[in-house]
Amino acid sequence: MKKTISGLVWLIAIVGFVVGFYGLYQRITTGHIHTDYGSYIPWGLWVAAYIYFIGLSAGSFLLSTLVYVVRVEKLEKIGKLALFTAFGCLIAALLSIWMDLGHMGRVYRVVLHGNLRSMMTWMGILYSSYFLVILVELWFAMRVDLIKKAREGSGICSILSFGSTDTSPKSIQRDRKVLKVLGTIGVPLAIAFHGGVGALFGVVGARTYWHSGLTPIAFLVGALASGGALLTAIVYVWGPDRDREQFREMMKYLGKVVLALVLIDFLLEIAEYFVGMYPGIPDEAEPIKAVLFGKYWYVFWIVHVFFGVFVPSVLLFKNAVSQKVKNGAAAIAFAGLLIAVTFMAVRLNIVIPAQVSPEIEGLQYAFTGPGLEYHYMPTMMEWLVTIWVSSLGALLFLIGYTLLPIVNEEDREVA
Amino acid sequence: MAIIDMSPGEVRQRMMEDLRRALKRPMEKRRWAMVIDLQKCVGCTACTTACVAENHLPPGVVYRPVIEKEIGRYPNVRKNFLPRPCMQCENPPCVKVCPASATWKRPDGIVEIDYEKCIGCRYCINACPYSARTFDKGYYYSDGTPYIPEYEKKPAFEYGKVWPRNNREDSPVGNARKCTYCVHRLDKGMLPACVTTCLGDATYFGDANDPESLVAELLGSPRVMRLKEGFGTKPATTYLV
Repeated sequence: MKKTISGLVWLIAIVGFVVGFYGLYQRITTGHIHTDYGSYIPWGLWVAAYIYFIGLSAGSFLLSTLVYVVRVEKLEKIGKLALFTAFGCLIAALLSIWMDLGHMGRVYRVVLHGNLRSMMTWMGILYSSYFLVILVELWFAMRVDLIKKAREGSGICSILSFGSTDTSPKSIQRDRKVLKVLGTIGVPLAIAFHGGVGALFGVVGARTYWHSGLTPIAFLVGALASGGALLTAIVYVWGPDRDREQFREMMKYLGKVVLALVLIDFLLEIAEYFVGMYPGIPDEAEPIKAVLFGKYWYVFWIVHVFFGVFVPSVLLFKNAVSQKVKNGAAAIAFAGLLIAVTFMAVRLNIVIPAQVSPEIEGLQYAFTGPGLEYHYMPTMMEWLVTIWVSSLGALLFLIGYTLLPIVNEEDREVA
Repeated sequence: MAIIDMSPGEVRQRMMEDLRRALKRPMEKRRWAMVIDLQKCVGCTACTTACVAENHLPPGVVYRPVIEKEIGRYPNVRKNFLPRPCMQCENPPCVKVCPASATWKRPDGIVEIDYEKCIGCRYCINACPYSARTFDKGYYYSDGTPYIPEYEKKPAFEYGKVWPRNNREDSPVGNARKCTYCVHRLDKGMLPACVTTCLGDATYFGDANDPESLVAELLGSPRVMRLKEGFGTKPATTYLV
């Protein structure tokens, strides 16, 4: 079963990579002319995909700190898996936002010539630091296993062990200390950068829908919920599998954590929408109305509320919280998958609706041209690029999983 | 002489004199301001077109649209018009958010974009409460026809530099763009293109710091209104209602 799922994911990722490549080709050769975002709706699918992936990354990273900082024993064996998931998602996120830039070659300016009053500059600085922390942390988490695999003849592990050969208990102890320090640095860093992405939107006074103190908090909770959910699904398929009872306990634990996070996230959403709608101030109420009752109402009600909150909550409650079901690991993993995948709807509903009302009434009729419109539907090329980016992230994960000791050999037993 | 007694020719003459006087003062002493009299605007959109021509604006990029509002029901209908150039805010939200230090407010109040530095993230476009910035995606008017004529590749002269449009990669393609108050013309002692083409003499321009100037006089009017003042942006573009 798990082998089949793994094979299926390989297949989807390869097909997505190949098909999506056409979108990438179009993006590189024709720039932005085949996109639907423009002057009045400047941010589209790629920005939504970026906050989606960066949320998944931050979420799984923060869960990895449960292992390396808080030392939650139940999760001990999935620390590296959580870190590597965070890494794959980070790459997908950064690629997605890079594709979105008008001048991709100038991206270095954000860090080298940044403006410290801009939240986006801070993102550049924090992502660079996060990228380093995650790489170094992964290396220390895998160091001993890399050396072991290198001794067994793995070329890539030999290169990646960077000449380190010490597998003494003392060195392992040192690794643990380093991991604890890095993880401890990582916690505020992950909170800062993902809360920061929320703030990037939250500080835009001109977009009332984003301009709320709740935005950074909702981003963080959403990251934990979606990242945790993704990790739960991943653990089921690729996670350590040896001790069956322990594995079931771990899945239940993850299921409970994810259920709580999803419900808190939903609560924040209700608060945001209710407070925004109540006074009926158009600037704030119009985008919410567009989400709830607009042309794309089903993105919220069916994709998000039904498949992203209701169904997974029922599944998680039955299989992770209630004691009746003995082996609900598969159902918990499926609920995690549903939450993780449908969370893209939440991200789209953050980015797009804020931009659909004209800043000045009548502006939409004042001058016409491509990009001077207030409706947005991603073009085929935009979808293809996002498919390519997602597939690349997935392939990175799958290849890494195959070549690197992300899950210890003795724990890999596949059903 | 009160403005109501002046002929259109005299209004323009006075603005030219104001401009020449202002240019003799150092840049940090000037504060360029535009005043638009909504009672005089006839909604001809000559300013919009003149701006497109002056700055060689491609499809999808517009600096000065004229927003129309229809009031009443047929046959008792009135229309009013609101030209919307850049507000050249004293506290520009677009400048604050730029991650690449590619946009700033000059000492004379004009918010400038350095096309060579802009990374095209469009954060500023989202941050502007007036939608005054647009994104140059790289279109030509002749897209979909067999070839791109030479006149489409002719350069724009924004910020006093030469910006040819030879391809879809080089700036200003891929950048945020906005009204510059025609700073390249101002530097040469000419009024902005929208001011010189305004049929109804509804747009005035000059140095608000010069008490002798026409705009300084108009800014004292009780009819003064600025867009979205609640945002605290303090626009230099002012309306008379």
